[in-house]
Amino acid sequence: MNTPFYIAAAVAVISTFMVITRRNAVHALLYLIVSLLSVALIFFLLGAPFVAALEIIIYAGAIMVLFVFVIMMLNLGPQSTEMERRWLTPEIWVGPTILTALLAAELLYVLVRVQVRPSDINVITPKQVGIALLGPYVLGVELASLLLLAGLVGAFHLGRREKSDGGGRA
Amino acid sequence: MTNDIIWKLIIVFGVLFVTLNVAAGLIWLERRLLALWQDRYGPNRVGPFGLLQVLADMVKVFTKEDWIPPFADKPVFIIAPAIIVVTIITAFAVIPFAPGVEIVDLNIGLLFFLAMSSLGVYSVALGGWSSASKYSLLGGLRAAAQMLSYEVFMGLSLMGVVMLAGSFNLTDIVNAQKGLWFCIPQFLGLVVFFIAGIAETHRLPFDLPEAESELVAGFHSEYSGMKFGMFFVGEYLGITLVSALIVTLFFGGWMGPALPPIVWFTIKTFFFIGLFILLRASLPRPRYDQLMSYGWKVMLPLALLNLLVTGGIILATGR
Repeated sequence: MNTPFYIAAAVAVISTFMVITRRNAVHALLYLIVSLLSVALIFFLLGAPFVAALEIIIYAGAIMVLFVFVIMMLNLGPQSTEMERRWLTPEIWVGPTILTALLAAELLYVLVRVQVRPSDINVITPKQVGIALLGPYVLGVELASLLLLAGLVGAFHLGRREKSDGGGRA
Repeated sequence: MTNDIIWKLIIVFGVLFVTLNVAAGLIWLERRLLALWQDRYGPNRVGPFGLLQVLADMVKVFTKEDWIPPFADKPVFIIAPAIIVVTIITAFAVIPFAPGVEIVDLNIGLLFFLAMSSLGVYSVALGGWSSASKYSLLGGLRAAAQMLSYEVFMGLSLMGVVMLAGSFNLTDIVNAQKGLWFCIPQFLGLVVFFIAGIAETHRLPFDLPEAESELVAGFHSEYSGMKFGMFFVGEYLGITLVSALIVTLFFGGWMGPALPPIVWFTIKTFFFIGLFILLRASLPRPRYDQLMSYGWKVMLPLALLNLLVTGGIILATGR
């Protein structure tokens, strides 16, 4: 039980580290996808197969494809890699390193002081997720759908064809 | 316990062996069937009925020069063709071929298939991008937009089946079809899923990412040798997977009278593979904007309508 978890966790950490250190945007995105996949595996191991599947379908399979899509359109060449090289100077790393070191120290403290015992893992079925979402958490679902609707209307407005330009089809 | 593991290993390697061979054999089947429908012979020189043509093609594709363009993004260029084959073969793990003959009995089996098919997009999109050629890039862009759009209602069209069966587990779904196959109550779902399946495997009439009359060979213009072969095999594996899923979800899976279950499954699957090839032989390719507006303006409302009506009927009859 524990070994697959640690392997997946190590892959997640290493790939996330690679995401922020890569200079080529597409390579960074590929590592981000690997990171999301390993997080999905962790969800699966912790007894949440439904969340694991959704993580892959929505994050790795849809949102990341859109990222790749946008970067393909931007046509970033060697110049942008060169720019990244100039931006990623050693002094930039100082601030984030201090902050993450604080977090890591806190994590270590919690791990040492608080006795973490492997809890009994019970598998949450899709049905239970559905009942929880449309029962006690229905307000959250409605709010999220409102937000998505607002996004949809905004996208529609931005993508609308101008009627006044004469030649174009309305 | 040991027997169990050996049995599982036999199934795993059996499924790998059969699916890869079916995918290779489909190259011959497709050429012969196309020829039949176009009043010509097709490959009939190598071996009986030209069956060994597959072998000849394999020897050819393996011995071809495997050329990586100097302007390509090398690591991504190499990994892209592998992604599609790996994701599709992985998706075969959840398909119940017969009672007891399946690799994993996953309670989210259907979602697992959707996850794997959504990861398959990367193969085509990254293959197109890493080639650093304008035709490839256009093909990759088209593929990413097309597969992302058609995935939306591919998932929605299957939810009617899930509601009727009350489970994401594919074995449960097959068992729920005792008496009445879901192709009758879920006819709309079947049509939407089939069309989305064609778009997901980017087959004609939805092969806009390749579109050899406008984009040379689309996303795989720069690929040669076995790397091109991987894209090719991936496409045929995709056809087999979608056909097997249509059979599992809408046509009662392994069920049928007299013959053993696995034979029924094979017969039904090959029927739908034949249908895929017939579509290629008979339909012209639409324009790209037609493809997109057809997806969002026709297929998506249809899938939602199907979901609404199915839900209403289940609620009313209180099943």
